[in-house]
Amino acid sequence: MTAPAALANPGMVTLTIEGREVVVPPGTNLIEAAKTVGVLIPHYCYHPTLPVAGVCRMCLVEVEKFPKLTPACATTVGEGQVVHVHSEKAREARKGVLEFLLINHPLDCPICDQSGECELQDYTFAEGRKDSRYMEPKRFNPMEDFGGDVMYVPNRCILCTRCVRFMDVVAHDPVLNVSERGDRAYIGKFEGSDLTHEWASNVVDLCPVGALLSKDFLNKARAWELDRAASICPSCSQGCNVMLETRDDIVVRIRPRPNAQVNQHFACNTGRLNYRWINRRDRLQYPMARVADALAQTSWDAALDVASAAIRHATRVTVLASPSLSNEALYILSQLAQHVGATSLMTIERGPEAPLAGVKDLSLRAERAANHTGAALLGFSESDAPVVSLGAGDLLLVVDAATAVASVPSGVDVIVIGTLLTDALASLALVALPIANYAEEDGTFTNLRGRVQRFLQAKAPPAQARPSYRALADVAQRVGAGEYPMLAGDVFHKLANGVPAFAGMSYRSLGLQGAVVSAPIEALV
Amino acid sequence: MGYPHPSHARETPVISKHFGESEARTLSGWQARGGYETLRQALATDPVEVQNVVKDSGLRGRGGAGFPTGVKWSFMKPDGKTHYLCINADESEPGTFKDREIMRWTPHQLLEGTAIAAHAIYAETAYIYIRGEYTEPIARMREAVRDAYAAGILGANAMGSGKRVDVHVHKGAGAYICGEETALMNSLEGRRGNPRIKPPFPAVAGLFAQPTTINNVETVCAATHVLKHGADWYKSLSSPTNPKSTGTKLFSVCGNVARPGNYEVGMGFSMKEFLWDVCGGPPAGRTFKAIIPGGSSVPILTPEECEGAVMDYEGIQAAGSLLGSGGVICFDDTQDMVRQIARLARFYAHESCAQCTQCREGTAWTTRILERIRDGEGTMKDLDTLLEIADNMTGKTICVLSDSCATPVVSGLKKFRHEFEAKIPKNRSSVMIPSLSTAAA
Amino acid sequence: MSLHAMAPAGHDDHAAYTAVFTGARRTELDELLTHYPTKMAALLPALWMLQEDRGWVSPEGMDEVARVLDLTPAYVKGVVTFYTMYHQHPVGTHFIQVCTTTPCNVCGAEDVVSTFLKETKCGELGVTSADGKYTVVEVECLGACGFATPVMVNDALVECVGVDTVKDLLAGLD
Repeated sequence: MTAPAALANPGMVTLTIEGREVVVPPGTNLIEAAKTVGVLIPHYCYHPTLPVAGVCRMCLVEVEKFPKLTPACATTVGEGQVVHVHSEKAREARKGVLEFLLINHPLDCPICDQSGECELQDYTFAEGRKDSRYMEPKRFNPMEDFGGDVMYVPNRCILCTRCVRFMDVVAHDPVLNVSERGDRAYIGKFEGSDLTHEWASNVVDLCPVGALLSKDFLNKARAWELDRAASICPSCSQGCNVMLETRDDIVVRIRPRPNAQVNQHFACNTGRLNYRWINRRDRLQYPMARVADALAQTSWDAALDVASAAIRHATRVTVLASPSLSNEALYILSQLAQHVGATSLMTIERGPEAPLAGVKDLSLRAERAANHTGAALLGFSESDAPVVSLGAGDLLLVVDAATAVASVPSGVDVIVIGTLLTDALASLALVALPIANYAEEDGTFTNLRGRVQRFLQAKAPPAQARPSYRALADVAQRVGAGEYPMLAGDVFHKLANGVPAFAGMSYRSLGLQGAVVSAPIEALV
Repeated sequence: MGYPHPSHARETPVISKHFGESEARTLSGWQARGGYETLRQALATDPVEVQNVVKDSGLRGRGGAGFPTGVKWSFMKPDGKTHYLCINADESEPGTFKDREIMRWTPHQLLEGTAIAAHAIYAETAYIYIRGEYTEPIARMREAVRDAYAAGILGANAMGSGKRVDVHVHKGAGAYICGEETALMNSLEGRRGNPRIKPPFPAVAGLFAQPTTINNVETVCAATHVLKHGADWYKSLSSPTNPKSTGTKLFSVCGNVARPGNYEVGMGFSMKEFLWDVCGGPPAGRTFKAIIPGGSSVPILTPEECEGAVMDYEGIQAAGSLLGSGGVICFDDTQDMVRQIARLARFYAHESCAQCTQCREGTAWTTRILERIRDGEGTMKDLDTLLEIADNMTGKTICVLSDSCATPVVSGLKKFRHEFEAKIPKNRSSVMIPSLSTAAA
Repeated sequence: MSLHAMAPAGHDDHAAYTAVFTGARRTELDELLTHYPTKMAALLPALWMLQEDRGWVSPEGMDEVARVLDLTPAYVKGVVTFYTMYHQHPVGTHFIQVCTTTPCNVCGAEDVVSTFLKETKCGELGVTSADGKYTVVEVECLGACGFATPVMVNDALVECVGVDTVKDLLAGLD
């Protein structure tokens, strides 16, 4: 006979939700408690990152022995409570809320961006009335530009106030208010103070309906046309967890995905809007090798031959790598570098920091690089002037860092392995090998706190570009620097076995939330 | 006192005893009338003892909720935390105008009651939140506070007791909802007047997150008299047949009635005698059609239902309504109940704070339907819709403004359905929706 | 359904603004701040001071109040628009507020309103008369139900106004 839950879990609270036994710490609200047993209590204004408002009234549930329905977001668990989410009373209450929300709501679904990912649609379809019996004129307010990337459509607003609470309590920039009273109320701001905060676009995600929209994404794609891949934002070293959303193999939107250890539910504007470059076609797509005075398209085999020959014949090799390459790519590159005795360098671009004040340790970081921590752990050092001391007999291996090289001293041979080829390097390079960008391959980044996180392929690389680690493995193999597996996960496994900081890690152990390296990070760049 | 009319012989003027006496407004005038002696004694009495006397008297909150005052005060413990007292002078319930008269005729009566209540709940600071429209009461209360400080009645050493009592007058800015105790606290804190979710309850975390008690104006004035003359005396003022409702109550009588005004009678008074005799009955040549006995948020009664009713908490409840704030609104036979109920709904729609979905949308929707029916554009289906909306608006929100809007709709349709039906054109099943340009807000 | 006054015709809402919280008013505000444990709690009183001195609550005024109380203007605006008594536009010299809620409604308050509109030549609720003298609005229950129809003119309450006493009331204002 199993012990009663209360005895088996001292200090916890045991209750019943929809017939299922729930055991949670005291102080847990009913919405979170229900989640632990897979029960969704419909809600709008509640959000785990925001203070409780209790205003939408959607989460009213029936708790036996309570005189009235109670809002689940604002009710903490009690020992022995019996909670009904789908009793007739609760369902009727929700149906009532949905009806009230829809009376002034425009029938905008055909032209509203939120369609397909709209919680008003979802709950109405599940539990709402089939028809409207509202016979009066609907309230009308004109659209408003809130500044930044955000526009506000008041007619669709359900006044859940998530946006107001986010800007106040999480962003510490209370530029949004609720204006007026009664059904005249709308989300307002003061003229001259806009949503220019670096983290303001999160209100678009928080908005359950199509009232707050991204201007960038306006009318671009339908939610149901999008494919989604879990990824990591490469715009800085914070390593926010994101989803890359693609339509017909083009990235059209980046949105945060939750990770309590890194970015909670949030992403900054810089990261969100930094996706157009992913789709560019003016990049290296085919292997190129120098013939006479210019680079000409050739086969991978031929190009790899040229590259490996150049490396073997060089007096000295200097590797300049992008600090946004994956751990897998950098690992193979570092092995290659070791084999040929090369110096391994990187340059890191920096910009102003922009913290999200209400969240611990979350900021747009000065280091605008996805993996400078991983690079450092794998043996790369930062340099302000990586090429200035080079001369005849030197070989510069530029790996996805073409834009970091303004000019090269004469006599230096250059090999480019990357996505971009600048004019400066095109006039010098012996060979250029095209690789995929982070959206086009699997891999991992190590963020500034040493958290190793997976990113998954979201779209195909163009033409003959190969995954970054694959192209590097091909070169490494030709110069005798070892053989490497085909799959990113297997490369990572080899990395974990070879580099003590990553010991014990695997794609399986990383999952989609990552894990922290076992090495002190503070001493690194 | 039926000010501006002379007191009726059947009234029991205690709180209203000095309405209309201009000297009662001054500190010296109030002291001449026995004022502040009770405060002096109370300050020398242990707060628990004060609480117990008030508990014993059976005094219940006079703002509308009717919660036993002594019990409410006893929730406040000597825990060493900063406590606050808020006096709710936001009187905005339609039909109610008693606190206005208390403040403008006897400001020191309120001030004394405030100081006593503060002492009883271990508070050193009290705020009197007066609605912004009450300019004369605000002026009188501010003057009274100034004079009381100057005379050492208030301040760090109130009446030489060694105890601090600070009182501040705080002016509202036009919002009925700020009469709800948690909305009042939010408004005092400089916020929108949004009611708060309970728990936490004010006695645990209220104003500025500290333990707080909120009392109505009339309540603390009554408490002063209780302490002055004793609990037994207070109980003797009301009908002995119902010990649950004691003392006197100020009823604000208005609308279509011969002698509108505030009347103070013992609890348990006969409603028939009150309406037709003490208040003079309907205007000449008319008859009563409907009475709302406790401010607009309580169910409407027919004159027949009033005739047998007794005016106390239990009595009016038994008659099918609630004593509420004691605002007695009278409608005579010339009134259009549909029009008036529509106007009531419009009031609630205007005052909704906008937090809860049901209230924000439901009050406005209810108003639009009622106005459409009033203007001859209604359908029979609208009557069913109104009742379903009212049901969806009841028992589901942070505060009861939503329920209050539903109440006159439900009781109005129950008792005056014929008036609604009379306005609905026969065979009308559909409605022309006006164009946007003619749509009123 | 807004009972707020609208902008009078031809008025420039953004005429030069001079600060309110200087000198004596500043001292008054500082004293007031000692009554509350937070600066935010002085918001409603500060807005009253602003309206008393400038006649209405302008965006510049909200900005100044925000600064002196360490709040954002957006926050202040959210509070201002909640309460009916803060004027968001200038009003006529005589701001006439007539209660039309049910207890006064059954005593003929709506007729009193139309009489005021006619006699002041305002024509429309919330719109200031052309000569700038009058703005007439309907208000909700003034708490003077026994004195139907109660009318507030600026800060003064006039009891028992009837259609036959409107003219005299207006004459007495000048």
